[in-house]
Amino acid sequence: MNFKRFKLNHYINYILVLALLIPFAIIGLTGSIKGSTSLLLTQMAYSMILAVSLNLVVGFLGELSLGHAGFMCVGAYLGGFVANYMHTVIDSPLLVLILSMIVGGLLAAVFGLLIGLPTLRLKGDYLAIVTLAFGEIVRTVFMNQEFLGGAMGLSTKTYGRKLYIIALVMVLFTVFVAQNLMRSKHGRAIQAIRDNEIAARAMGVNITYYKLIVFVIAAFFAGIAGVIYAHNTSPVDYGFFSFNYSIEILVMVVLGGMGNITGSLIAAAVLTFINFELTTSLSGDLAALKFLIYALILIVMVMWNNAPALRRVRERFNLGRLFAFIRTKLSKKASEDDSTKLGTVAWDKVPTKIPMDAILSTDFKPDHSFEADKPEKGDQK
Amino acid sequence: MNTLINGLCLGGIYALIALGYTMVYGIAKMLNFAHGDIIMVGAYAIFVTLSMIGSPIATVVAILVAVVICTALGLLTERVAYRPLRGASPLAVLITAIGVSYLLQSIAQLIFGSQSKPVSMQIKIAGVDSLTFGNVSISISSIVTLALCIIIMVGLTLFINKTKAGCAMLAVSEDRAAAQLMGINVNAIITLTFAIGSALAAFASTFYLMQIPSVTPTLGSMPGIKAFTAAVIGGIGSIPGAMIGGILLGVIEKFALSIPFLAPYTTAIEFAILIIILLFRPTGLLGKKRREKV
Repeated sequence: MNFKRFKLNHYINYILVLALLIPFAIIGLTGSIKGSTSLLLTQMAYSMILAVSLNLVVGFLGELSLGHAGFMCVGAYLGGFVANYMHTVIDSPLLVLILSMIVGGLLAAVFGLLIGLPTLRLKGDYLAIVTLAFGEIVRTVFMNQEFLGGAMGLSTKTYGRKLYIIALVMVLFTVFVAQNLMRSKHGRAIQAIRDNEIAARAMGVNITYYKLIVFVIAAFFAGIAGVIYAHNTSPVDYGFFSFNYSIEILVMVVLGGMGNITGSLIAAAVLTFINFELTTSLSGDLAALKFLIYALILIVMVMWNNAPALRRVRERFNLGRLFAFIRTKLSKKASEDDSTKLGTVAWDKVPTKIPMDAILSTDFKPDHSFEADKPEKGDQK
Repeated sequence: MNTLINGLCLGGIYALIALGYTMVYGIAKMLNFAHGDIIMVGAYAIFVTLSMIGSPIATVVAILVAVVICTALGLLTERVAYRPLRGASPLAVLITAIGVSYLLQSIAQLIFGSQSKPVSMQIKIAGVDSLTFGNVSISISSIVTLALCIIIMVGLTLFINKTKAGCAMLAVSEDRAAAQLMGINVNAIITLTFAIGSALAAFASTFYLMQIPSVTPTLGSMPGIKAFTAAVIGGIGSIPGAMIGGILLGVIEKFALSIPFLAPYTTAIEFAILIIILLFRPTGLLGKKRREKV
């Protein structure tokens, strides 16, 4: 293997998931994991799959989808139904799980195709409301099917404490597909559509085809997440797949960073963890506190990341600067390179920042500190 | 006939809420997902006022209180949550709005608990609560709802088309930068829009309570989504569109509910109609077509 071409950020996602998977798999296989921990891990796993797959649509394709829970609902109900049937035929629970995942994912993908084919010519907010509508339609229709358990929900056979291992392996698979798709020629076409649809079309990108592909792939993985959910929770409750859950997935994607798979993974894990801890520690009417805290975290995080007025504060305290600072402390060479960013530098290190004649006409004292240009607070587009 | 009247009533309510969505969307270019929860707050305001005052004028006082509280709340959320994000990406604003929505719901649940509270808002004239024509009986509250909805909508249309502030709103929704260059205070107009939208939500909550006399912390979410659907059906950003869409959706919902075979699928039918309409008119019934430019 050629280590020179090994790039950390190509593998960081796998490393993250494996860092979660391997220790807990060892603990789990030796049989000493707590029930609540395995529940949490499973929830994290399907949230991660959902967030990564929604990120394909929202972050890479640039279309807002508010119906992701709808595809998950398809996967959960139909995958769970198929699994129930297969349990009577096949002995091995692992095989049933994998087969039902494939079936649930494919059925969700078919739904994705059905909904995507007519609606993908809509744009922006209109597409968003149609996907929202789709999610609600699916939920209402499944709720009223007697063979799927009706209003009671579909009761499924749950897999005890080892489900999360399979679930985390599925996360690896999702990341693998998403990452490689986006790094391929097709991925570049998809991102071109996001950046400028008309320009992409002029370059010969088949817009409808790629939109449909992304939609179907995202639906497929949402379906798989649904099947995992169905094997984790019984009965499968249609109330869970409401519009709020779609929003929750969207929140993970946005907080993680649109078009950033690593971000989606981390945000999904962190938000699920917060949710889980708050749910277990608060009960009764105090459960409202959970939403209160959740809402506050949301608002504060979004404001911190996006408010134009906070731009200066953000630049001062962001992680990139922290890393740069650490690097300067660690190595002297790095300190010379990075010092331009820190704003304390000998003037002769920064000539590219200023036009040459400006330097010639300015008297620089040896310890003159140079302030890099920063965008003003008041400037607007 | 009765179904039609009920449908029109519900449609009027949806139209009022949809107006709030569509105005805010048209002017601030954001989807205000917390709008449904402002209705919920209005309903709780009415509940509290009614439980404190027992006189015949209580209903009127309650409505006024609800309007004041909702307007104040609308302004507050706009100032605290949305204004700092002006100029940020639309998705960030959307998520903040969702956060505000969760926040309002959870505060209501903390204060009032998650059980539903009964509110009796039946309006009686001369001791009667419904009028009967032949075999059709119409409740007074339906009549009041319909009449007030029509008055409010006519008033709003007049306000927007005839007054200076209304014209300024139209101008801002057309082109914000150009409006600013013409000397319109865009921030003030956005504030005004939020105030009007929230006041309409307060009226909507009053009428909603006349139809369904109980309050829960999640009261606003479903009418909110339905009204949003109505706004999109009519063409989001268009004020007459929101009215038509709202009434259409209300009538369809009541008719679907009255047929036993279709009743469980009511929500699905409404959303299916949305999808079908958008397939044939991608910007809604009265939406403007935008030319695409690079």
